[in-house]
Order: sequence, then C-alpha cells, then structure tokens
Amino acid sequence: MMEFEPHVWSNGAVVLLLVALTGLVRFVRRDRLWREAARELWQRRRIAIIVVGLYMMIGLVDSIAWKGGVPEDAVGVLPNASLSLLDRAFVDSREASYSAPFADVEFYGGRPLRRPGSHLLGTDILGRDVLYRTLKGARVALLIGGLTSLLAIPLALFFGVGAGYFGGRFDDFVFFLISILASMPNVLLLIALIMAMGAGTLSVCVALAVTSWVGFCRLSRAETLKIRELDYVLAARALGVSEAKIILRHIIPNLAHLIVITFVLMFSGHVLSEAVLSWLGIGVDGSWGQMIDGARDELSREPIVWWNIGAAGLALFGLILAVNAVGDAVRDVLDPRTLREAP
Amino acid sequence: MSALLEVRNLRTCFPGKDGPLPVVDGVSFDLNRGEVLALVGESGCGKSMTAFSTLRLVPKPGRVTDGSVVFDGVDLLELPVTQMRTIRGSRIAMIFQEPMTCLNPVVSVGRQVVEAIRLHEPITKGEAMSRVRDLFGEVGIPDPEARLGAYPHELSGGLKQRVMIAMALSTRPEILIADEPTTSLDVTVQAQILELLRELQRERNTAILLITHDLGIVNEIADRVAVMYAGRLVESAPREALFSNPLHPYSQGLLRSMPARSRPGQPLPEIEGVVPSPDQWPTGCRFSTRCPVRFEPCADIFPNETRVENERTVWCHEVERNLGGEGAG
Repeated sequence: MMEFEPHVWSNGAVVLLLVALTGLVRFVRRDRLWREAARELWQRRRIAIIVVGLYMMIGLVDSIAWKGGVPEDAVGVLPNASLSLLDRAFVDSREASYSAPFADVEFYGGRPLRRPGSHLLGTDILGRDVLYRTLKGARVALLIGGLTSLLAIPLALFFGVGAGYFGGRFDDFVFFLISILASMPNVLLLIALIMAMGAGTLSVCVALAVTSWVGFCRLSRAETLKIRELDYVLAARALGVSEAKIILRHIIPNLAHLIVITFVLMFSGHVLSEAVLSWLGIGVDGSWGQMIDGARDELSREPIVWWNIGAAGLALFGLILAVNAVGDAVRDVLDPRTLREAP
Repeated sequence: MSALLEVRNLRTCFPGKDGPLPVVDGVSFDLNRGEVLALVGESGCGKSMTAFSTLRLVPKPGRVTDGSVVFDGVDLLELPVTQMRTIRGSRIAMIFQEPMTCLNPVVSVGRQVVEAIRLHEPITKGEAMSRVRDLFGEVGIPDPEARLGAYPHELSGGLKQRVMIAMALSTRPEILIADEPTTSLDVTVQAQILELLRELQRERNTAILLITHDLGIVNEIADRVAVMYAGRLVESAPREALFSNPLHPYSQGLLRSMPARSRPGQPLPEIEGVVPSPDQWPTGCRFSTRCPVRFEPCADIFPNETRVENERTVWCHEVERNLGGEGAG
C-alpha cells in the first residue's frame, strides 16, 4: 500500500465528504417525504442550521491543505510542513507569550508584540493566536462527532436489526454483549480502550463509538421487532422478497427517522465526551477540550487570563447548542409520535 | 385433468401448553385453473392459516407439520426456500385483509409495484414503471400517472387495496390468494373491489382462492365453496348446490344466519354456542358440541368423507347415515 502524507488523507476526506453531501442532497430532493421534512426543518431552525453550516465551513477550510508557499521568515512553522487554508490565513501570527485581545504589548511583562493589535482573541501561554486555535478546534470537534456517530450507528444497526429480525441465538448473543458493556463504567472503559489503542483521533473515536452504540442498538432492536410483524413485511414475503432485501428495503428505511435523530443527538454527546476525555488528559490534540483543560491554571493567575477558556468554551457551547436545536427540530419533524396534523 | 393446486391433508400446528395444537387439521381441496374457490368459516377456524400454509408463510412459532401442497406438479412444502421465493409473487400472489398496513409507508406506491415486478422479471425501471401505469388504470385507480408518486398514507383504503391488487397481478400469477380482501372496506367499495376481482379473473383466467367469512361475497363471486369449521373442512360443494341445499348442519346454520335470508321482523337465527378453542376440540366431529342433530358416535369418531354427488363432499355422520339408508353405497 502507498504511504500518503496526512494532508493527502485530509484532502481526500474533503472530497469524499462533498461527494457524500451531494448524494444526500440529491436523495432528499428526489424523495418527496424527505424533501418536505428538510423544508420544514429549514423553516423551523434556520439560524441553528446556518451556525452548524458555518462550523462545517471552518472545518472544511481547515481540511484543505498543501505543501510549500510558506514565507521563509515565518515564526513557528516548519518550511516543509503542509498547511491548510486556515493555517495559511494565520501564518506567522506567533508571539512570545500571553497577550490580551487587541493588545499591543504582552500581558505579563509588557514587551511589545510582533504584530500589535492583530490578535482578535489574544494569544495563549506559548504565544499562539487564540482565534486561530479556536477555529482549528471546529474541525476536530466535527471529526469526533461525525466519525464517532458514523462508526457507532452502523454498529448499533447491525446488531440491533439483526437481533430484532432474526431473534434466536443472534439475539441472545447481542444481549449478552450489551449486558457486558452496560455492566462496565463507561469512563473507565473509554480510558482502557484509548490506553490500549494509543492516543490519537481515530482511537478516541473508536473508543467513544464502542461505548455509545448500546442505546441505539436497543432502540433499533425493539423497533425492528415491531416492524417485523407488520403486514407490509408479510406482504413482501408473500411477493417472494428475500430476507436481506426485506431488511434493506423495508426495515431500515422505516428506521430512517430514528437514525437521523440519533445521529444528531449522538453528535453533540460525543463532542462533549471528548471534552471530558481531554480533561482526563487523553483527548484529541487541538480540541476545545484540550484548550479548556490547558486553561485550568490560567484561571488561578493574577490577573486572570480569561480569553483562552472563554473562546474555547463559547465555541463548544455554540456548536452543541446549534446541533441540539437542530436535533430537537429533526425529532419534531421526523418522529411520527410528535407529528402534528397537517393544517 | 389434475387441478392447478392440490392441497392434501394439510396440517399446521402451533405449540401449546399440552403439545402442538393443530389449527389446520387435515384440510384437502383442489383449485382448478380459472376457478374461484371460496374458503368460508368463522373467525379462528383456520382459513387464513390454510392460505398462509399453502405459501409457507405461517408465522412463527407455527409450522406446517404434515400434508402436501402440489402446485403444477411440484410439492411446495418440499421446495428449497429460494425456489419457493420465485414462486411467491410471480406464480402465486396474495392480497391481504388490511390494505391500510400492507404497503410500506416510506416508499411511494409506484415504486413498490415496480420493485415487485423487477423482483421476478429482468426489465428496466422505466419499462416497469410504464407497466405499473397501465396496471393502475386496469385496476381502476383514477389518474394513475399522478398516483404513481403517492405515498400510502395519501390514498384511501379502497385505493390502497387496488394498489395491492395491482401489485399482486403485476406478474400475471396463475393463482391469487385473497385473504378477506374486502373486510376492512366500506360496502360500496367492497362491491367495486369484488367486481374488479371478478373481471380480472375472467380476463386473465386467474384462479382465486378467496378466504372470507362473508357468505354474501361468496354468493356473488365463487364457483365452488369449501366450508371450514375448527381447523377441518365440513363441506365442499359447488356454490349453487351449497346455497340451495346445504347438507352439513354447520353449513345449514351458517346459511340460515345470513341477514339476506332472514324474514323481516323475526330474530336472526344463530348457531347456539361458540367455537371451541383448539385445545378443547372434540376427538370426533368438531361441530358435535353445537350440532342440533348430533347422535351417539358424533363426539368420539370423526366422520368419513362422504361423496354425495359429483364434486360434492361432506364430513357428517348424519349425512352418511341418511345416504346409507338410501343404499347409495
């Protein structure tokens, strides 16, 4: 296998993501029910969707990277490093130490800054621009939330739908698995998994996925048990549809609303969990959780350094709030139990 | 000429507290090409289970334990699952009682029928779609073009049943099993659907196995009638013969209790008692607990199959005794 450098992977992921998004949009536009749901969602939570979209834009801007084109005298950048669009916007913004937002001089010591007045949110202890770090955190947060949900939901669906549809031995096995996972403290299991796999974005995502699929697995199993007995599944069988096709064409599409709702709700949960892991020292590099964790000491300084934790906290808060608002509306729009009668 | 579908001694059991309960117990009948056979009986007499058993669709934990279902020379009960699948839907199709819940709610009805066709025939989506359009017109769906993209919840019960019928007929099956196809529809729609079924049956020469408890429907559409009681056939006869001269006491009771045949001002006659549940079925004639003319052997010995006339069979000691007296032998 060819060895790719990280920025190639990152660019590939961007392309893949854009292709997937286009596919999703085309699917939603083709199917009238989904199209109507999407329109209603847009009408209900316009601002929240725009906010989430902004975070995604920042994440994308930070994912498109290439090498070269770095000014030779730039401080704190290796000449041969691959830099993203975002990195390039903030290249050569490094200072020596703390500075307050819009300051001309260092916060402690009072020495003049290299680029006075240009740091919107000040700099941190190593002189890195806080706005830059905060924006960079968006990509990490989206990666954690998205990748983990993409790992956990198929896992849960596989076991849940399988157990619900086929029952018997497989059902027993899945419940055994669920019982084992449920009888271990989640945080300890997370730490153990990350320790075993080694710290890193992927291992954190995998660990979070392993500890979070159980709930949706139960839900999808119960829902499958219900759908399995419905007349249209029997009718499909009477038409000669195979078991695999019944699952793909009849069971899963009727779970779709649950999948979308779970995805959105899981997403914010995972971003928050990562903050907890960062606090325990096993988070993902460059995450808001790490920024908040790193700012613990700064809160005890005199005078206090507030912009670091403030920026990371607000960015985290904004994303979670927006995603939850969207998730809440998604549930209202898609969940048949809360469905309002059409006027 | 042998029949298209020959069901022999079919037995379907569900596990019970004291061993398996045979909800269908030794049912035999023939279905000829282009014929409408009505399977009649009260709720719970096993008529739907008989239909499910012929297609091997008995819900778990039930199981067909005995008998044979010979379709066009092949015993369906012996076929491997994959071959059974190719027969279901393509050569034997089924429509159900509840059109409300028989369609997948998240797929448009046009696509559902397209998929049903493409399951058994290698044609393109476009070809299938134009065929569905024709089919929709044929089963009397107004404005078929616009209905193709409709979702089940946007259609009325009658329209949904028409879609189900279109789906069942999409592959030109030789047999259509209709399990109470009109029960959940209102009376005017019932008549339309029956008319439609009869028309399609005549045009396409499809054999129909009609499961129903409504003797009015039977009288309108059936060629032959098989009366079922508590998991067993009690009488099988051509429609005119049965309606003019029912032989089995149960058939007599059923016909007497038809509202259309009762006299105005008189209370509607009924059959005394209730159907016993499968674990309380008598060893002899199943109807012996309610039969007005029962005598000594009825409760203990199951009556033999008595061939009365051509195409007419009864399982009853009383009939047997009377015929024996005449020396028909």
